[in-house]
Amino acid sequence: MSQPAKANVRRSLLPGFSLTMGYTIVYLSLIALIPLSTLFLETSGIGWTRFWQVVLSPRVLAAYRLSLGASLAGASINSVFGVIVAWTLVRYDFPFKSVIDALVDLPFALPTSVAGITLTAIYARNGWIGHLLVPLGIEVAFTRLGVVVALTFIGLPFVVRTIQPVLHNLEIELEEAAATLGASRWQTFQRVIAPSLAPAVITGFALAFARALAEYGSVVFISGNMPMRTEVVPLLIMTELEQFNYQAATAIALVMLVISFTMLFAINLLQRWTSIRHVFG
Amino acid sequence: MSIEVRNLRKTFGSFVALDNISLEMPTGELVALLGPSGSGKTTLLRIIAGLEMPDAGEVHFDREEATNRSASERKVGFVFQHYALFRHMTVFENVAFGLRVRPRKLRPPEAQIRSRVEELLKLVQLEWSGKRYPSQLSGGQRQRVALARALAVEPRVLLLDEPFGALDAKVREELRRWLRRLHDELHITSIFVTHDQEEALEVANRVVVLNNGKIEQAGTPEELYHNPATPFVYNFLGNVNLFHGRIEDGHIYVRGMPIALSPNGHELAHVNGKDAVVYVRPHLLDIALSPNGKASFPATVKHINAAGSKVKVELESQWGDPVQVELDHERYRELGIQRDARVYLKPRENKVFIYQI
Amino acid sequence: MSSAEVRAPNSIASTPVHFRRATAERPLTRVILIGTALLFLSLFLIIPVIAVFSEALAKGVGVYFASITNPEALSAIRLTLLAAAIAVPLNLVFGLAASWSIARFEFPCKNLLTTLIDLPFAVSPVISGMIYVLMFGAQGLLGPWLIAHNIHIIFAVPGIVLATVFVTFPYVARELIPVMEASGTDEEEAAITLGASGWQTFFRITVPKVKWALLYGVVICNARAMGEFGAVSVVSGHILGLTVTMPLYVEVLYNDYQFTASFAVASLLTLLALVTLIAKRLLGGDAAELPLAAEAPPVTAGREAA
Repeated sequence: MSQPAKANVRRSLLPGFSLTMGYTIVYLSLIALIPLSTLFLETSGIGWTRFWQVVLSPRVLAAYRLSLGASLAGASINSVFGVIVAWTLVRYDFPFKSVIDALVDLPFALPTSVAGITLTAIYARNGWIGHLLVPLGIEVAFTRLGVVVALTFIGLPFVVRTIQPVLHNLEIELEEAAATLGASRWQTFQRVIAPSLAPAVITGFALAFARALAEYGSVVFISGNMPMRTEVVPLLIMTELEQFNYQAATAIALVMLVISFTMLFAINLLQRWTSIRHVFG
Repeated sequence: MSIEVRNLRKTFGSFVALDNISLEMPTGELVALLGPSGSGKTTLLRIIAGLEMPDAGEVHFDREEATNRSASERKVGFVFQHYALFRHMTVFENVAFGLRVRPRKLRPPEAQIRSRVEELLKLVQLEWSGKRYPSQLSGGQRQRVALARALAVEPRVLLLDEPFGALDAKVREELRRWLRRLHDELHITSIFVTHDQEEALEVANRVVVLNNGKIEQAGTPEELYHNPATPFVYNFLGNVNLFHGRIEDGHIYVRGMPIALSPNGHELAHVNGKDAVVYVRPHLLDIALSPNGKASFPATVKHINAAGSKVKVELESQWGDPVQVELDHERYRELGIQRDARVYLKPRENKVFIYQI
Repeated sequence: MSSAEVRAPNSIASTPVHFRRATAERPLTRVILIGTALLFLSLFLIIPVIAVFSEALAKGVGVYFASITNPEALSAIRLTLLAAAIAVPLNLVFGLAASWSIARFEFPCKNLLTTLIDLPFAVSPVISGMIYVLMFGAQGLLGPWLIAHNIHIIFAVPGIVLATVFVTFPYVARELIPVMEASGTDEEEAAITLGASGWQTFFRITVPKVKWALLYGVVICNARAMGEFGAVSVVSGHILGLTVTMPLYVEVLYNDYQFTASFAVASLLTLLALVTLIAKRLLGGDAAELPLAAEAPPVTAGREAA
């Protein structure tokens, strides 16, 4: 039915194109595009030397290192445990399974400041989990580990929810075929199931990573925000803004944006690439 | 390897898939499990494979109890309706899979695996496809790869679940003949499931008809076609016309027409005043232009299909029942009938099937 | 033949205890996997939920209610509700318009448009707030003009509303687009040929088809609107009683060492999150899970036209 017209808008039977398209574009421009453009305007006024000065200063570099490193760590933890969680939710039955399944979306629905104070309270030295870890010499709150914990929390639903539908749609015949050919359960997982899951895991990892990079609210409480040690990039931007150093804030933010957009682009590519591969399967 | 199942029973919730099935399949046979959807044929196949567990009963391979063994232990080759090829592996890797996952001690060296895979691909006439991915092959080719993969581990029995169900008619026909030839060459005990009676009769040397979880009849294709044991079998294997009637002193009266009881109906000779059903195959009804004895009845020609090896005529009997008749082209030309022609039909009495209800 | 062959079996024909389906793991493996998953989820999900309420009620129910009913708290609640009350309807209309144009028409650069709608997901909340500061702040682009006309956006309620609108505008659209694309244009086209106008088609055919996705989109949009912290934090100025929303109030109380009060307000937000989760479960929430158009056949449109 939908044959794309040559280069113009398809003359559809349905009305309302101009109205809805117009409204959409106007809204987008007013709310998003125009304000975003101020970012670039501000940037253009900085000048390259100042830009690099800001972006390569030790404190900023430390923040980038922490943000990237902790986000990577959080996304990796989520990838490993996300597979396990998705597997148990799809394949097994246990009491309260639907409650727990619903709860997976909590980090997505919960305001980040609430997450922040709660994680801090739990993992502080006298917190429910914190006090169990202190004798082991592990400190979570106000350390880099705390940042990783917060970023793991925030990315949790992304990996699980990306993997779940793929796992759900896996043809059971493939596993049965492997079994009749003599493969053990582990061999079947390694050679048949895992390759099918890999694209989803990678996509989930990328989504969790991107999310973690941008995270502010849940991190600022548990990290302690010590410059050079536990200061993440969003906080640094906030600090500069509070001191009205708009140019510095913009410079730092720009680098973040470039990384985020690259990630978004890569994720879109990944999703398109994997779905095309499977179309022929 | 011979297979025997005894008193198998399997239910899914309240649905009884298999109801006390016992069956013996000697070594080297090509057996078809034939039946409509829900008859239990696929369940039976999967239980033999070890992919399902019966609620009761036993499975024996070569007279040894195998009921407790898991699918990987049974050494059966299983071919799925939708091929179940591993999409991310090449054809070569698919076929080699069973050999590569063997425990180290039993695993053959890579060179041996390679030669075996190549041998098998040659057997299924796909030597050129080794480096391709399943997505690059046609349906028929994929099914042949699935077969090669199943054969790679030298199974003692080959099980096929509606292997040609997902393919076009022409490809299906080719593969049927091909499977027949393969079996003649390899002589592995093979069991395949199908709902296509033509396929079962053409390919297998033994057919088991299942219905509602029970075995209706088991035997050679000829036995089943010419001597059906139950109306279901008669009806399922090929087209059939139905007439209701009553049994009265050695004859069955269909709408007042007497038909002498046929060989398979003689045991009903002593039953008087009972209702019965007459089954007549389309090619066992004669068309004549004038009345032809007591058992002939009038009918009107509704539709003629002369495009085929036989001429298929659809008629309406004088009582309004639809009747189908098959005749060869010579006879058709002789008769010279057309639409709306009035003719007389008569069953060849010694070949009708009568079933008392 | 299905005869009863009476032969003494070689072994006991009982239901084998250790048969395992070909596609199931060993029981031990299963237990370990479930255990690991539950442990992981407890650490990150279950315990935090319990902790919020436990901390909130640590000093008793009296203190709890005092924390959420004092004037500052009430003002925070009011502001939060206001922001949501403006942002959600605006984004609802946007979502309907955007999904109609994207799902029902072909046009060049469609991919660009859908990517643009995903914008807030690519942008950190802090940056989301920052762009408004850059535009409307005292030293921003429009700063001088706004001051001259005595219009306050940043560090005032309008700024908060704007920031909230920005971070939540994709949600309704994202829920609607897949569902509208999946359900196809046939029914709407049938309605048009039967004489229905665009609006009639839209409200009688399209909207009923996507109502569950729409409802969930509104629920999630609302949850995010009421829960936004980072972006609002940047534009707010933290003026107690004036520009403090509930998520900000949680922070203010916490930084002021009023932990129990902070958790009390947090518990309200947590309840909102839990309600959202329940709504998701009930409404399907995932476009793939939502049923395709089931009700409202074009007969209605036909009767209309007749």
